[in-house]
Amino acid sequence: MDTESTYSGYSYHSGRSRGSHRHGERSRDRHKSRSKDSSRSEKSVTINAPPAEPLLGDQSIRGDEMQDDNWGETTTAVTGTSEHSLSQEDIVRISKDLDDSVGLDCKRYLSVSLSIILGLLVLLTPLAFLVLPHLLWPDRLRGCGTACEGLFISVAFKLLILLLAVWALFFRPPRAGMPRVFVFRALLATLVFLFVLSYWLFYGVRILDTQDQDYQGIVQYAVSLVDALLFIHYLAIVLLELRQLQPSFSICVTRSTDGETRHYNLGQLSIQRAAIAILENYYRDFPVHNPALLTASKSRAAKHLAGLKVYNVDGPGGNNAAASIAQSQSRAMIAAAARRRDSSHNELYYEEAEHERRVRKRKARLVVAVEEAFTHIRRIQEEEQKKSPGDVMDPREAAQAIFPSMARALQKYLRTTRQQHCHSMESIQQHLAFCIMHNMTPKAFLESYLTPGPTLQYGRERWLARQWTLISEASVTSGLKEGTVFLLKCIDFSLVATTKKIPYIKLSEEFIDPKSHKFVLRLQSETSV
Amino acid sequence: MSFIPGQPVTAVVQRIEILKLREGDNLILGFSIGGGIDQDPAQNPFSEDKTDKGIYVTRVSKGGPADVAGLMMGDKIMQVNGWDMTMVTHDQARKRLTKKSEDVVRLLVTRKSLQDAVRQSMMPR
Repeated sequence: MDTESTYSGYSYHSGRSRGSHRHGERSRDRHKSRSKDSSRSEKSVTINAPPAEPLLGDQSIRGDEMQDDNWGETTTAVTGTSEHSLSQEDIVRISKDLDDSVGLDCKRYLSVSLSIILGLLVLLTPLAFLVLPHLLWPDRLRGCGTACEGLFISVAFKLLILLLAVWALFFRPPRAGMPRVFVFRALLATLVFLFVLSYWLFYGVRILDTQDQDYQGIVQYAVSLVDALLFIHYLAIVLLELRQLQPSFSICVTRSTDGETRHYNLGQLSIQRAAIAILENYYRDFPVHNPALLTASKSRAAKHLAGLKVYNVDGPGGNNAAASIAQSQSRAMIAAAARRRDSSHNELYYEEAEHERRVRKRKARLVVAVEEAFTHIRRIQEEEQKKSPGDVMDPREAAQAIFPSMARALQKYLRTTRQQHCHSMESIQQHLAFCIMHNMTPKAFLESYLTPGPTLQYGRERWLARQWTLISEASVTSGLKEGTVFLLKCIDFSLVATTKKIPYIKLSEEFIDPKSHKFVLRLQSETSV
Repeated sequence: MSFIPGQPVTAVVQRIEILKLREGDNLILGFSIGGGIDQDPAQNPFSEDKTDKGIYVTRVSKGGPADVAGLMMGDKIMQVNGWDMTMVTHDQARKRLTKKSEDVVRLLVTRKSLQDAVRQSMMPR
């Protein structure tokens, strides 16, 4: 994996692509991101996380299944398909978005517009059912009695409840963009559409054509439509929100570069939804990926190989012998490496001990410097503030005042722990101002530099939230199963996720009478003679 | 084998003579004892009367001197070399049996089967 990760602005040790044809495509892909590139052999698709904004637009995006047919099996990312829905503001913001949202906006527009159309259709249908008879045959319509007028109130309130419920469930900012269509939403959208269509058909044939005079019946029909819509909304809640709450799989996620592992419990989800859940947890739990820490093992590995060189004494064989020559060469190297008396473990041990010592020394100096720096400033109270307005500073100025005294120690410490590229001067000063403002102790200020925090703690350029690729052997819309393995690839590293089923726990009961707790001294001993 | 306090204890006993076996530095007899006046008599699996605090044989190692001499598991030891074993502590019993100066221990043991056999033979037909 390391030989493949070449994205250079970011990754530390590979300045250039060790180009294979695949690489070139990949880097091109990064800029164009999702194109109709069908040359990837694996089913790899790109997941994006567009920035969040409140939504408009209603229940679902059926547009996506249509899109899917058009794109076939090409692995393209859908920027708009989100967990919950799309927004018109999103469309506006697309232009303000980062580099790679150029190609598929038409897809997003289509999805948004289709969902808006469906929403309006659903909202206006009951009203249309009620109003049309009055418009088309008002004279022949039998009057509406009290019960029927009561039903008007019921229709109004149910529509209001439906509106609020739809707002609560679907009008949320999309948290991620998934590669394939979200199956449940597509199903629900289809269901709603067919349902409303069938109601319209029935209405058109039995009521409009025959110009039914029983208005109460028509009102009851409209009420039944709204009831059924509420039940479909209940179905939507169960399918989209409730079903995956009960945990049934435990997923072990390992980062390929440094082996950080975490375990998460998820419910019944499709692979793409599980991938999104895992990525959200990744940003919180995993310490930030620091490529500078991986150089040591690479140099060791290089040294292992550099020590041996294989010569072919027998001269070049035929073409058919080339493969066997290569094989025998590698076997010879492995054998020679095994036999060689290698003292690299010794080097590693002493190097690590030395590094540890150096880090501790720098840390001690840093802690002392910071504590001393913090003693130079003092918060002043309100009354004092009025008295001497001369040399009063706001937090930012105070931070700038005390920063120079600790800057050197901090810089040295960051260099020793190879974190210096994660923190810029500006960010350090901002953090210092923040800590001063909230009365934090020097230890609290230092905490974010002594241990590497989660990725979200660092600047946006480290997040790479748009660069994730899901690689999976099974289809990404299929559900998780025992033993499913999939990869989430970012530029420099990848997360390997393995699934295990949570065991079925059988609990049995035993009753112990509280009065039965009695004890005696054990005085029976047995001696051998 | 219950006893009435104040009355002499009567029992049918068997004489068993065990020759101690020398193993390295120790003289072993090849059986284990349990019981004693400082122990809990209710846990004794071999006694008929669960208030009996006598010394019982809990285990006899196969082929050892005790097995050869005819000692059986569940026997109650009444005397060792003339010393009484019905009212001793566990540790005193152990010391009486493991005296280094003696090579031979002569035990008087009783067991239920002996009592039954005697009673049977005394019963009028």
